[in-house]
Amino acid sequence: MSTTLIVGIDGSEAGARALSYTKRLATLIGSDCNIEVVYVIEWSPYSFQTPEENALRNKQREQAISVANERVVAPAIKSLADEGFAAEGRVLHGKVAHLLNSVAVETNAEQIIVARSSASGFSSRVFGSVTANLVMSSTVPVTVVG
Amino acid sequence: MKLRNAMYSMIVLFVGMFQATIAKAEGIDAAVNSAFASSTGWFVSLIFAPLPGTSFPWIVLWLVVGATVFTLYFGFVQFRAIGHSIDLVKGDYSDPKDAGEVSHFQALTTALSGTVGLGNIAGVAVAIGIGGPGATFWMILAGLMGMASKFVECTLGVKYRNEYKDGSVSGGPMYYISKGFEERGLPGGKFLAALFAVFCIFGAFGGGNMFQANQAHAQLSSVIGDYPGWITGVVFAVLVFLVIVGGIKSIGKVTEKVVPFMGVLYVGAGVIILLMNIDQIAWAFGQIFEGAFTGLGVAGGMVGALIQGFKRAAFSNEAGVGSAAIAHSAVKTNEPITEGLVSLLEPFIDTVVICTMTALVIIITGQLVSDPETGLLLVEGGRVVTADGSSGVALTSAAFGSAISWFPYLLVLAVVLFAFSTMLSWSYYGLKAWTYLFGEGKTAELVFKVLFCLFVIVGASASLGPVIDFSDAMIFAMAVVNIIGLYCLMPVVKEEYNSYFSRLASGEIKKFNK
Repeated sequence: MSTTLIVGIDGSEAGARALSYTKRLATLIGSDCNIEVVYVIEWSPYSFQTPEENALRNKQREQAISVANERVVAPAIKSLADEGFAAEGRVLHGKVAHLLNSVAVETNAEQIIVARSSASGFSSRVFGSVTANLVMSSTVPVTVVG
Repeated sequence: MKLRNAMYSMIVLFVGMFQATIAKAEGIDAAVNSAFASSTGWFVSLIFAPLPGTSFPWIVLWLVVGATVFTLYFGFVQFRAIGHSIDLVKGDYSDPKDAGEVSHFQALTTALSGTVGLGNIAGVAVAIGIGGPGATFWMILAGLMGMASKFVECTLGVKYRNEYKDGSVSGGPMYYISKGFEERGLPGGKFLAALFAVFCIFGAFGGGNMFQANQAHAQLSSVIGDYPGWITGVVFAVLVFLVIVGGIKSIGKVTEKVVPFMGVLYVGAGVIILLMNIDQIAWAFGQIFEGAFTGLGVAGGMVGALIQGFKRAAFSNEAGVGSAAIAHSAVKTNEPITEGLVSLLEPFIDTVVICTMTALVIIITGQLVSDPETGLLLVEGGRVVTADGSSGVALTSAAFGSAISWFPYLLVLAVVLFAFSTMLSWSYYGLKAWTYLFGEGKTAELVFKVLFCLFVIVGASASLGPVIDFSDAMIFAMAVVNIIGLYCLMPVVKEEYNSYFSRLASGEIKKFNK
């Protein structure tokens, strides 16, 4: 039976830390490990938009997905493949914590790996951090890399 | 070539009008007024002509008959399907794979920010000020019927929209009239579509722009004191320019976020005032019902109340005008009917909820003066006498101010913001009509956008009654063409409707688990 690990990345240094920890964990698990790299573009269906933004939305969505793929997901997959790991990636729109969890449930993953986000102070106290939301709401074990 | 010449002559006309009106000299203002009145007066009189022997404008009847026909043809869809509409807005039927695309909620709120505005604040006060509390009843009725018109036009807007290779979309009456007529083998589609586009451009410059700038200036000067209108005009024009030409998205984004907040604040304040006077709500509804059928002494009695109610509902929710179909057409869906179902919430929120609330606040706070002996309203010069003699926005302001003293200041801010967001919406509607006529080129778009900004200054700095009348007439002229299109294309909507609801009943279309 293979083991699937979900790793959430966002192109930042924290994402890179999560990725390198995932590699280490995958090495320990051995050859049966699949890594699913997930990049989430924060989006809500309940935001307010101008008519012009709406008309161009489809185009901008495609652009955002291809930029995220090119700059973040594809390099991550390549580095994983180069080191001999089986990896796949996806770019999604929505709420980070919710989507990481749903991908984990969908792929029957063993755990979700994310890095501690750098948000601190006032904003994280008011809005809560993505990591904290994930830890509180996830139905799959979560590893937070420091 | 012909199109280009037509475009140039329109530009020359606009620039000529602009140069003439921006000059502040009163003589020129008056000259423009009379020149405009004599050249366009016939059109305004034609659109707002009363039915023989009454003071009821035929255009209002046109809208109401349209709404009634659609209501009956679709078997009271606005009442039967409203629960499903709410599920659609909540996203219950949206495929999670489409996340990141325009949601039903976003299409609805974008369209709402184009309609919620002066109509809800000033229009209601005008209706009650002339037609008495009974006007509210007819306004609610017109709002409920108008839901069916919106349903038809927005379904068609999505069905016949143009989706370009780069992923952008354009939709609206000009597209459904031309493509739909061709599909059904009906003649004249291209002509009607072009006619709609021309009316829409003038409507955008007028009611969607000059009128808004004018009213925003009136509100600002009521608080700050009198100052030249061109100052407001230039500030607004620069802001509009930054958004639509400069592509400064942040201003548009801020507006789009602040406007719903103001809307919620306005409704919230209204609800608080109603709760404070909860014991009088039954009485207020009594006045509304009694006034609807007797007029309670207003000029014209029941008919007077009815005309005002219908007219202001049409001004406020624009059902049947076709503008909303442009805004709704960007939604991501494979089922055009779903957007029609969502759009029918628009007149409900705009007219049935927000307008009724404004009306109740005005009635409950005792702004309308009645004769203590007969119980009938006191009427002077065709208007109901109000507590402090005010009318229009000032009447709404006085009503809210009597319960919450600082609210009038907030109301000024709300009116100004609503005016700004309505302008942004109409700049887009006008642009879509413009590019339909002149093609989707950068230069053609820029010409329209610059003209649009110039008209903001004209609207704010001059009190050009005939120009404003002409642009109001243009917005209603859109409805003449649009409703003809809707009559011809409603069987298409019926097919979509039957197919969708039978698949929903059979379980082929179901909610997504998220």
